[in-house]
Amino acid sequence: MARYLLRRLAQAVLVVAGVVVLTFVVMRLVPGDPAVTYAGPRATAAQLAQARTELGLDRPLPVQLWDYLASLARGDWGTSLRTKQPVLDDVATAFPASLELVGTAVLVAVLAGLPLGLLAARRGRGGADATVRISSMLAVSAPVFLLALLAQNLLATKLGWLPVAGEYDPELDTTSPLTLFTNVTAVDALVTGNWAVLGSTLRHLVLPALAIAAYPTGVVAQMTRAALLEEAAQNHARLERALGFTRWQVLTRFSLRPALGPVLALLALVFAFSLVNAFLVESIFNWPGLGRYAANAIRSSDTPAIAGVTLAVALAYVLVNLLVDLAQAALDPRVRIG
Amino acid sequence: MTAVDTPPAAVRHRAAATHRLLRAARGDLLAAAGAAVLLLIVLAALAAPLLAPHPGDGTDATHPAQALLGPGGDHLFGTDGVGRDVLSRVLYGARTSLTIVVSVLAVSALIGVALGAVAGYAGGLVRDAIMRVTDVFLAFPALLLSVALAVVLHPGVQGAIIAITASWWPWYARTSAVTAAAIRSRGFVDAARCLGVPHARILLRHVLPNSLTPVLVQLSLDAGGIILTAAALSFLGLGPQEPTAEWGLMVQQGQSLLTTDWWVVAFPGLAIVVTAFCFNVLGEGLRAVLDPRREAAR
Repeated sequence: MARYLLRRLAQAVLVVAGVVVLTFVVMRLVPGDPAVTYAGPRATAAQLAQARTELGLDRPLPVQLWDYLASLARGDWGTSLRTKQPVLDDVATAFPASLELVGTAVLVAVLAGLPLGLLAARRGRGGADATVRISSMLAVSAPVFLLALLAQNLLATKLGWLPVAGEYDPELDTTSPLTLFTNVTAVDALVTGNWAVLGSTLRHLVLPALAIAAYPTGVVAQMTRAALLEEAAQNHARLERALGFTRWQVLTRFSLRPALGPVLALLALVFAFSLVNAFLVESIFNWPGLGRYAANAIRSSDTPAIAGVTLAVALAYVLVNLLVDLAQAALDPRVRIG
Repeated sequence: MTAVDTPPAAVRHRAAATHRLLRAARGDLLAAAGAAVLLLIVLAALAAPLLAPHPGDGTDATHPAQALLGPGGDHLFGTDGVGRDVLSRVLYGARTSLTIVVSVLAVSALIGVALGAVAGYAGGLVRDAIMRVTDVFLAFPALLLSVALAVVLHPGVQGAIIAITASWWPWYARTSAVTAAAIRSRGFVDAARCLGVPHARILLRHVLPNSLTPVLVQLSLDAGGIILTAAALSFLGLGPQEPTAEWGLMVQQGQSLLTTDWWVVAFPGLAIVVTAFCFNVLGEGLRAVLDPRREAAR
C-alpha cells in the first residue's frame, strides 16, 4: 500500500505541475497585450513599458513560467481586474458556496441514482427498466442551464413555491446575522444554531441543486444498472441463484458491493463535471459561488480571475481523483498491484 | 491459440458487424428510433435553406415589427425578440451544432487515435511521455478547459471547435493506447515484425484498423456530450455570436422572456435535448452491439 501511495502521489505532483504549465500557456494565448489591459487604454508609451516590466512581460517565457510557479506557491494568484482583490482570496470566498451546492447535488444523485439503478436491474428488461433507462438518458441529455431556467421560471417565478435566487434571504443578515466558520452557509448556520438562516438557505438550495443533480443522477443510475447487470451475469450469481436466493437477494447481497467500485470511481468525474455545470446554474440563480464569479470574470475578460478559477477547479479535481483512487486501493487489493 | 493467429479479416468483420447491427436494431427499438431521428435532423440541417419558411431569418435579417409573435400561422414556432422566425433559426441552428460536433469528433479522433496508437505500439518512454501529457489535459474537467480556451480564443464557431477539441482528444488517445498495446502483443503483429515489415507499416496496416472499434463506440457516445458542451459555451457567450443561429445562444438570449414568450426558449431548448438524446441512445445501442463484454451483460 505504501508503494502504491508513493507512486500515486508522485503522479499527482507531476499532473499538478502540468496543470499549472497548461494554464500558463492558455492564458498567454490571450489576444491583445496584457500590458494594455493593465495600464488602461489611454496609457502613454512610458506607462506601457513600466506595466510590461511590472508584469514581467519583458523577460523570456521560461523565466515568466518560473515566476508564475513561484508566485503561485507563495499564494499570490494575481489580482482580479474586476474586483481588484487578490484572486486567491476571491476564490477562497466563493469556493465554499459552490461546494455546498455541488455537494448537495451529488448527494441527491447518489441517493436517487443508486436505488433507480437497482430498480432497473431488478428484473432485467421490462417496464421499470425501460422507464429508468429512458429517464436517466433524458437527464444526461438535457442542458443544465435549460433545466435551471425552467425550474426557476416555473417553480419560483410563476408558482412561487421556492425562492427565485440568492443563497438566503438578505433580510436575515440584520435580524439574525450569521457567524462564519467554514464559509459553507448551511454548515455554519447549523453549527451556530441559526435556524432562520439554515431554513432559508435550504429553501434557496433546492432548485439550483436539483438542476445540477439531474445529470449525475442519470449517470449514477445508468452506471449502477450496467455494473449490476454485469455482476449478475457472473458465475457466482448463477451459483447463488441455484442455491435458492431470489434475483433480488443476489443483487442486493452479492452483486451490489462489487458493483459499487466503478460507481465510486465515477463519482470523482461526476463531481468535477457538476462543479463546472454550477458555472451555468450559479449565474442563473445568483448563487454566490465560484461559478458566478467565473461567469462575471468571463463577461469582463478578467484573465487572472479566469486562470485562478481554472487552476482551483483543476487542483480540486486532481485531489478528488487522488482520494478516490486511494479509497479504491484500500477497498480492492487488485488496484494496488495493477 | 495457434502460434500465429490470423489477422481479423476486415471485410468479414465488417459484414458480420453490419449483420449484428441490423439484428440489434430490431432488438433495441430505442436506439433504432434515435438513429432515425438523427438522420432526419441531419437531412433537415442539410436542407435548411429549402425547408426554412424564412431562410433570411437564419442569418442576419430582422423584422422588429413582427417581434414575439406566438406560434401558429406563418410562424409555426413563433418569432423571437427581433422578429425572426424561430423555426427557421432552429433549422439553421442544426447546421451550426452538427458542424461543431462533426469537426470536434473528426479532429479529436484523428489526433487522439494517432497519438494513442503510437503510444500503445511503441510502449516504454514514448508511451509514458504521451500518456503523461494526456493526463494533464484530463486533469481539467472537460467543460472547464473548453471554457478557459474559449475565453482567450476569438469567439465563434471555429473558436468553439478548437476549445472543445482540446478537452476531447485525450479520451481517444487513452482509449486507443490501451487497445494498441493489446494488439501489439498479438501473434500477427509479431509475425509481421519477424518478416521485417517496417514499424510505420505495422502501425498503419495492423494496429490502427484494429483499434478503431472502441473509438467508433466512443464517437457516438461523445456526440451528445459535445452538443451539450457547445450549447453551454454559447450560453456563456463564448460560442458562435449573433447573428449565427445556435441553439444555446438562442436559449441564452430568450431567457428573460421565458415566463411571457416561452417559445423563444422552448424550441431551441427542445432541439438540444432531442439531438443529445438521440446521440446518446444510439451510442448506447452501438456499444451493446460492438462491445461484446457489455453484450454478455445484457
